[in-house]
Amino acid sequence: MRAMIVKEFRELRRDRRTLAMLIAMPLLLLVIFGYAANFEVKTVKVAVVGPQATLVTATLPSSFFDVTVTKPSDSRSDAVRMLQDRTVNVAIVTGRKPVLALVDGSNLFASQSIVSVLNKEGNKVSTQILFNPELKTSWVMIPAIIGLILTFIGTIVTSIGLVRERETGTLEQLAVMPIKPSTVILGKISPYFLVAAIDMSIITGLGMLLFGVPFNGNAFVFTLGAALFLFVVLGLGVFISTISQTPGQAIQTAFMFLLPQILLSGVIFPLDSMAAGVRWIGYLLPLTYFTMISQGVMLRGASLASLWLPFMVLTVMAIVVFSGATLRFRRDLAPGRRRHGRAVAAEPAVAPTVTQAGIGS
Amino acid sequence: MTYGVRSGVVWFGATLALDDVSLIVEPGSVVAVVGGDGAGKTTLLRSLVGKVRLERGEVDAPPPEAIGYLPATAGSWLSLTVAQNMDFVGGIYGLSGQELVSRRDELLERASLSSSADRLASQLSGGMRRKLGFSMAMVHDPPLLVLDEPSTGIDPVSRVDLWRLVSEAAAAGAAVVMSTTYLDEAERAASLLALDGGRTLANGTLADVLASFNGTITRISTPHRRAWAWRRGREYHEYWPTDTAVPSGAVTVTPDLEDVVITMSMLKRREREPA
Repeated sequence: MRAMIVKEFRELRRDRRTLAMLIAMPLLLLVIFGYAANFEVKTVKVAVVGPQATLVTATLPSSFFDVTVTKPSDSRSDAVRMLQDRTVNVAIVTGRKPVLALVDGSNLFASQSIVSVLNKEGNKVSTQILFNPELKTSWVMIPAIIGLILTFIGTIVTSIGLVRERETGTLEQLAVMPIKPSTVILGKISPYFLVAAIDMSIITGLGMLLFGVPFNGNAFVFTLGAALFLFVVLGLGVFISTISQTPGQAIQTAFMFLLPQILLSGVIFPLDSMAAGVRWIGYLLPLTYFTMISQGVMLRGASLASLWLPFMVLTVMAIVVFSGATLRFRRDLAPGRRRHGRAVAAEPAVAPTVTQAGIGS
Repeated sequence: MTYGVRSGVVWFGATLALDDVSLIVEPGSVVAVVGGDGAGKTTLLRSLVGKVRLERGEVDAPPPEAIGYLPATAGSWLSLTVAQNMDFVGGIYGLSGQELVSRRDELLERASLSSSADRLASQLSGGMRRKLGFSMAMVHDPPLLVLDEPSTGIDPVSRVDLWRLVSEAAAAGAAVVMSTTYLDEAERAASLLALDGGRTLANGTLADVLASFNGTITRISTPHRRAWAWRRGREYHEYWPTDTAVPSGAVTVTPDLEDVVITMSMLKRREREPA
């Protein structure tokens, strides 16, 4: 018994990844649930438009409504556009009685809070929820779940596929074959790219069919965003494979990448409600930006121009992560190629004679 | 055209894996690289195929298209069938259509794997898997064939089959380098390179290596000096340097390759030990 316990501790001490999980995971969960797990939205961004915009702005409770736009010259259509672009969470259209409050229903928790506050105003405000009129959770979750599925395939499945190649020694065989490292990498990830794309289409279709999730935007914008995001997560998968020796290690490592994406990307807890010390982590995660794109396109019909920020961040991430990961993988694959094939003299380099000397002398 | 490594030096961190090791292989011949675990056999072969970069020294090898390589690991894709493995590798080397089918069928026939063409590589026995790996390395008829311990861990019958395939490849003109821990296999090669701890023990033909031996080997049931004796069957063989008198009555034996390599290893290790 004692020997078994000692052996287990010795193995655990050397298994740094498991040790890191044992130590880091409780800390991570503590931090997340302590600082990030907050559904309460304390302030929302507001646009006030219409002839009495300035007057209405002055009457709004500033502790909750953060008025960022006051434009008396703007109309209802301008207000809808601002919501579509997610410049604001709510737009108040003045010049009519009662004033009209247009709420962005794609931001579930913010809109629930807004509706709750506006209801206290009674007949003075008429509320209209756009993009998710019934405030259905499934409408908001499904675009985000598409990103989670892509993350799962991109990181876990891809890294396992690559690590298995290394573990069985076939990567070594590929390394000496007349095949470029970039071809190996592209050949390995292309099927995952395709499978992920098919999965994405199925989930999107089923989400629309079963839950009635709308697809209000441009399919090309959505596909472009998904492709960029896939490059990032596939790059993460390749990177994980370069730091893992076994599929078990790859799963462990991928899980460490996956968990923060689930908890801190705004999929479950709204980013705006998180403490600033934790929120910045969310802004480093690719899923945060894909969710902005998928929710934006599917629910709000957001245009490519209005989604420039998530597109730009994902593009930079795709270039950095994918290039870095493939360079690391390439280094693993062909460390000796630079010197390989260097010509020496046509004659034998060393005559095949006995070189041992002095035995028994 | 000969292939090889000249004065190869490889460091892995603080460990000297190859220390000024040279290897030459000529077309139509088999060179065996022998040595125990950690001798540097795999490192040498990997440097020859370009998988390990030499710290110093030079590699004379053809381009990757002209190298057939069987690593010490699986050597095949376990989730593919035998035929699919052959087709994949053939495709990488630019074979296709009827040319690929003919070459694949011919190699599988020679390796007695034709009836297993549709079996998954994971369902093959160790020996069959190594023969498949060998056939994959041979699919493009390479001028240089590098085999890392092709016969380790397989049954004697499969070893015989593998040797037949290796001999046929050399007879067809390929330069074959193979590492092995079996000295009887090394005896069959045209020349051999014995390594120990990354250093060369001996390099040459079997006759050269045996002729270079100085000293006497005796056969005894209880050795006089344990440090200089090793078990051979039910008895021990013991080494006596030329300047040391052999005990009277000791039965001397003609040293074979195993005796010579073990003696060389002992002497090298004694040299490396601090005084």
